[in-house]
Amino acid sequence: MNSFPFLTTLTLIPLIGGVIVACLNPERKQFARRLAIVFSLAALAFAVALWFSFKADGGLQFVERAAWIPSLGIEYFLAADGLSLLMVLLAAIIIPFAMLSSAKIDKNPKLYFSLFLFLEAGLFGTFTALNFFHWFLFWELSLIPAFFLIKVWGGKERTRAAYQFFIYTMVGSVAMLLSFLAIHAATGTWDFIALAEIAGKGELKSALFAKLGGTFFESEQTLAMFIFVGVFLGFAVKVPLIPFHTWLPAAYAEAPTGTSMVLTGAMSKMGVYGFIRILLPIFPEQMREVLTPLLILAVATIVFSAFAALAQKDLKRMAAYSSINHLGYCLLGIFAAAQITGVGTDSATEKSAALSGVMLQMFNHGLTASALFCFIGLIEQRSGGLRGIDDFGGLRKVAPAFCGLLGITLFASLGLPGLNGFIGEFLIFKGTFPLVPWAAAISTVGLLVTAVLLLTILQRVFTGPLRKEWSGWTDLTSRERLTIAPVIALMFILGIFPQIVIGVINPTVLNLIKQLSL
Amino acid sequence: MNLFELLKAVAPELIVTAGAFLVLLVDLAFMRGHEIKRRLAVSGGVACLACLAAIVWISQSSGTANLPMLSLTPLTQLIKQVLIGLTIFTIIVSLNAKFTTHVGEYFAILLLAAVGLMLLVSSENLLMIFVALELVSLSLYALSAFNKASLASAEAALKYFFFGGMSAAFTLFGISLIYGLTGHTELGAIAAAMKAQSVEPVFYVALVMTLIGFAFKIAAAPLHLWVPDTYYAAPTPIAAFIASGSKVGCFFVLARILIQGFESNHGSAAWQQFVSGWMPVIAVLALASMLLGNIAAIAQTSVKRILAYSAIAQAGYALLALFAHEQRAMASLLYFVITYAITVLGSLAVVSIVENSGSRDRLTDFAGLSRRAPVLSGCMLIFILSLAGIPPLAGFFGKFYVFTSAAGAAKDLGMLWLVIAAVGASAISLYYYLQILKQIYVADAPVSPTAIQTPVFAGIGIVVLAAAVVVLGCAPDLLLDKILAAINSVG
Amino acid sequence: MLAWTIYISFLGAAALVFLPRENARLIRWVSLVIALAGLLCGVAAICQYQTNGSSGVVEILNIPWIKDLGISFYLAADGISLTLVLLTGIAAVCGVLFSWNIEHRVKEFFAFYFALIGGVYGVFLSFDLFLLFVFYEIAIVPKYFLIAIWGSKRREYGAMKLAIYSFVGSAMVLIGIIAAYIVSGSSSFNLLELASYPFSETFQAWAFPLVFIGFAILAGLWPFHTWAPMGHSAAPTAASMLLAGVVMKLGAYGALRVAMTLFPLGLERWHNEIALLAVIGIVYGATVALIQRDFKFVIGYSSVSHMGFVLLGLMTLTQIGLSGAVLQMFSHGIIAGLLFGVVGRMVYERAHTRDLDELQPMNLSKALPFAAVTFVIASAASMGLPGFSGFVAELQVLIGAWQTFPGLTIIAAAGIVIGAAFMLRALIKAFFAENEPGKTQPAGGLHFEAISIPERVGAVVLLTTTVAIGLWPKLLLDLINPALNSPLMQPLWKGAAL
Repeated sequence: MNSFPFLTTLTLIPLIGGVIVACLNPERKQFARRLAIVFSLAALAFAVALWFSFKADGGLQFVERAAWIPSLGIEYFLAADGLSLLMVLLAAIIIPFAMLSSAKIDKNPKLYFSLFLFLEAGLFGTFTALNFFHWFLFWELSLIPAFFLIKVWGGKERTRAAYQFFIYTMVGSVAMLLSFLAIHAATGTWDFIALAEIAGKGELKSALFAKLGGTFFESEQTLAMFIFVGVFLGFAVKVPLIPFHTWLPAAYAEAPTGTSMVLTGAMSKMGVYGFIRILLPIFPEQMREVLTPLLILAVATIVFSAFAALAQKDLKRMAAYSSINHLGYCLLGIFAAAQITGVGTDSATEKSAALSGVMLQMFNHGLTASALFCFIGLIEQRSGGLRGIDDFGGLRKVAPAFCGLLGITLFASLGLPGLNGFIGEFLIFKGTFPLVPWAAAISTVGLLVTAVLLLTILQRVFTGPLRKEWSGWTDLTSRERLTIAPVIALMFILGIFPQIVIGVINPTVLNLIKQLSL
Repeated sequence: MNLFELLKAVAPELIVTAGAFLVLLVDLAFMRGHEIKRRLAVSGGVACLACLAAIVWISQSSGTANLPMLSLTPLTQLIKQVLIGLTIFTIIVSLNAKFTTHVGEYFAILLLAAVGLMLLVSSENLLMIFVALELVSLSLYALSAFNKASLASAEAALKYFFFGGMSAAFTLFGISLIYGLTGHTELGAIAAAMKAQSVEPVFYVALVMTLIGFAFKIAAAPLHLWVPDTYYAAPTPIAAFIASGSKVGCFFVLARILIQGFESNHGSAAWQQFVSGWMPVIAVLALASMLLGNIAAIAQTSVKRILAYSAIAQAGYALLALFAHEQRAMASLLYFVITYAITVLGSLAVVSIVENSGSRDRLTDFAGLSRRAPVLSGCMLIFILSLAGIPPLAGFFGKFYVFTSAAGAAKDLGMLWLVIAAVGASAISLYYYLQILKQIYVADAPVSPTAIQTPVFAGIGIVVLAAAVVVLGCAPDLLLDKILAAINSVG
Repeated sequence: MLAWTIYISFLGAAALVFLPRENARLIRWVSLVIALAGLLCGVAAICQYQTNGSSGVVEILNIPWIKDLGISFYLAADGISLTLVLLTGIAAVCGVLFSWNIEHRVKEFFAFYFALIGGVYGVFLSFDLFLLFVFYEIAIVPKYFLIAIWGSKRREYGAMKLAIYSFVGSAMVLIGIIAAYIVSGSSSFNLLELASYPFSETFQAWAFPLVFIGFAILAGLWPFHTWAPMGHSAAPTAASMLLAGVVMKLGAYGALRVAMTLFPLGLERWHNEIALLAVIGIVYGATVALIQRDFKFVIGYSSVSHMGFVLLGLMTLTQIGLSGAVLQMFSHGIIAGLLFGVVGRMVYERAHTRDLDELQPMNLSKALPFAAVTFVIASAASMGLPGFSGFVAELQVLIGAWQTFPGLTIIAAAGIVIGAAFMLRALIKAFFAENEPGKTQPAGGLHFEAISIPERVGAVVLLTTTVAIGLWPKLLLDLINPALNSPLMQPLWKGAAL
């Protein structure tokens, strides 16, 4: 407990870096970028070091705990388990990747890169905090850099997109805040772990009712459900789940490339993380009560977003919808795992498969989707702002490396075995089919449509006759190759050795399952 | 009773009267050929000296005497001192008057009015009170017409005179009825006689009639019609004296008549058990004055008229004090009226200086005054805020004391409604008081402003008055202790 | 020690009058010294209070004043007073810094300014109702002049409206105070003695709303809030900072200190109705702010909305809610000061417009980057994002509100969302709007005078405070909570009065 505050240090690295970069001389544009990248790489190195020193024994590690605001029961409580660490690692990879892909930023780069570093700090904080106050602090504060990244460096519709993004997320956050305030009023604690224990004993409902029940909320059931819906809303908007997704396509499409990469690669995981870390352990009962509607939402997310992606003409919007689609699988897995399954732990394997799949999928999607956006950004850069699917064709002839690497990414995204996407989706379906066959069955439609979508992209952009105007298309430069290569490499590594990740998350998954079966 | 004792008792009055004659003599005999300014200075100086002598005499004398027509108590002596003090300030303000060449007469009549007031407060006999009242009134009628060049001044004086005469007649009639009912003109004896017999309806007639004369004097609605015109058109120092000295004296006597003379006259059950018979009449007067004064003031554009209507409203507040328990009633009334007199005297003195500098008394004439005459403006700020009842000025505590006393008069907060009306009315009043201050501090000065010349003595006088308003507001006990001690010594 | 905050301000106001009118520089520095001295007194007193381990009401001075009515000059403090004294000190210093550029009648400006500050300190430290009322009223007049003389658009109207509203409110308070004094036996205006007098339920049933609303008018209680946006926007920057930052707290403080402690039964009787008004204020203020064109009106309405949280917190009848209300008073004071500082001083006095549509083509984030950054942080704080003082305060208020009126809590939370929306709208329009093709900037771009050192210092002080309290609210909660635990406050808790 009194050990070195690793997690605080981890969060502080980008935070301090952000401040330093923000204070630089605005004329020294390249220096700002390089310094920011150095800080993010330092954070990555630190995260990797933590990853390797982590002992996968199911408990919390790197615990830091101290009183903060005693009169409100607020503690400074940081710790990491497999899931947290996985997410930290993901964020630490995505941020430098996104920074490296933002070489062309010319408008106030020092601010741009310092905002990235702040965003990274927000992500680290969110993924490691175990006290609501502390966690919410980072959850909300990560909004501000994201807002400005879209607002200042975004595309034509950036103002509206940024505004929408902020307000939607804010609505969700306030709903969630409200629910947590109610929970605190009832239980007096903000601690996720303690709350999960209380909920596990089935005392949360009655505690809430004792404190807040009355004329407004007449039964325990409705009250608890109400509180659950508040928290649910907060995460559902963030992920997002249909029908709370409307902010997303605009935000992803208008954001500059680097920002889209972080939004989809890391920030969307905040929502999924919340589902696993908070919603599942604290509100299992409520989730079970409305399981069917939840599953329907998840399935709808998967299927509709797949079709919606197909209907788009804009590559970025396509990627945005496909991103919704991929996260839909995660939610499907989570909801399936929440299901009550007879007596005993007979479906524990299915559940653990589903949850492991979800976590893998989170990580994989982070890598793949950000790579995808990176490529789209490169296309846009070369075409001078065009990114319609019909604007290109036959690029393979002039840019074979570009095509090859993008192809790998697309295949990873649609779940080709051997690449990272496969194992996650496979595990999710493996777990979900026995638990909720109907939902899994319908969801496969989504898989199919996504496959069609991704192949369409490949076909339309790279095959067919080469257009005249693109005859001077340059292939990936060596610098771009260097930027993308590590990520592509990771896709292969994880596709072939998924146990690197599974080994770390497995104890966490088992813990979760144990909590759920209580 | 020997003559010496009598002379000793009325010595202050005699001194002031002698002063009046001396002023006449000096002015007539020695100053004829001199310029007005010097004549004003000399006559005013003599008048002031006479007043100072009277004050010194009063403070040296033992203070109590009980004569058939006069009754001297520490309380009356205190009031007299206040009255003379107010007269002195009025004289100082008049020192650079431009409205008259009859300097000796002016100061002599002013001193006679002061004598009238002094006699008024020292008597407990209705007849004597009436005679003194007439002395005051006649002097003031003459004084308000003193600006012979101004038609408005003559008109105002005439109005004042007609209304005054009528109401005096009513009062006299009321007094005669009271005498008929009780066979006495002494307040104490009247009270004793009334205690012995049941209340007759004719008593109410007598009561209302008697009150009319005083209501006129204290400028209570609905007998206020003369007030705006007189304040507006009479020479400003005289308006100041009417508003201050005359008001203090008349309020004191009114309270005395009601509290001492009619104290035993308990009202009928119809008007809540606990209130004396005269209370409904006073309540109506108070309410009418507060509402009418405050609302009418909002529409005015002349500073003197605003102050006139505010005087009506303030009379309304002061009447509230009469509801309180005996001692509280007198104490709060006196505190309120005295501080009010100081304030209004000061504010009209400022108006007078502005007028003497060649402009008039319209609100716009005060525009940007704070940059032309900062000290004068500062004093005006204090006076006006005190009138508005802003702490820590005397006007605030005066109101607070009166309201608290009145609210506590009846059990179960029976009089609270009237206090609510008063507080509400005074909230309205802030609007027009701020209009004056807005001109002084906010508005820009006219392009070619007239220079304001503040005469030295008037300037000092105003600063002293302003300081008094602040000091009495911050430490009300300075005055209140004296008043309470005087009241208690009467028992 | 603490009493000196009052004396220094009033003496300072008087001393300023005697300084030479022409030497504006001297006047400014003297003013700064006066404000700092007040702040230091406050801070020193707080340190002393905490090192002494005091918790309840600590007497500073108690001398008989007007014996006939049992009035005494009774100054005392508890944690709530100290919190607000600290706020006043900070706001006063920053107000001087943001008024550094005033050239017009600068001497009078600061004299009125310190008269106002002195009154405010006085209210927070008075434990005699008469004295409290005296200070409360003293504060009205300087406010009027500050706005009417140095204000901007429609200043005379705004000033008069504010003065009349305040005066009507204080008239209500006066009636309530007098009634309470008489009912309790006409012996004393001492707050502690009056609070221990058992007023009858019927009396409290009318006295409480009278006094509470009388005070709450100044706190911007809907539907008596209309003076606030008008007055705030008409006022000069320092005055809006003080108005929103401190004067509105006078109302809330009075409502808590006088109305609630004296009449707990009345509170119990009326808390639902008043909470409803508070929540309407939260949502209404935020909604109206969403459609304002005048930048200052946006901030003005946001104050109405935020003060709604204070009032809601007061009505929760729970300790946590009340603690949140007091913290929100502090927090809003700081944040509103900051917002008005940016809008009124940094933007308006350079761009000479507050119309958001006119500011839009200026793209101020380029022209005034410091103002933009400050405003971004301030608006984040104003939205109630965590990490800033407003969050901890609203958090506590809402926890308290959940326990008392769950339905209203949800509506209040909707107010937070709308609050974020209007701040964001103002932020985008004023600072980060793009040049539309039709509206090009004047050739060569806009050149504004650089943000001056005093402005920077003022902004940094306020920013630091809100972040410090946001991350380490214990600093203030350690003052506030013991005060709430004192016997004086016990009758306020839900069910305690029954």
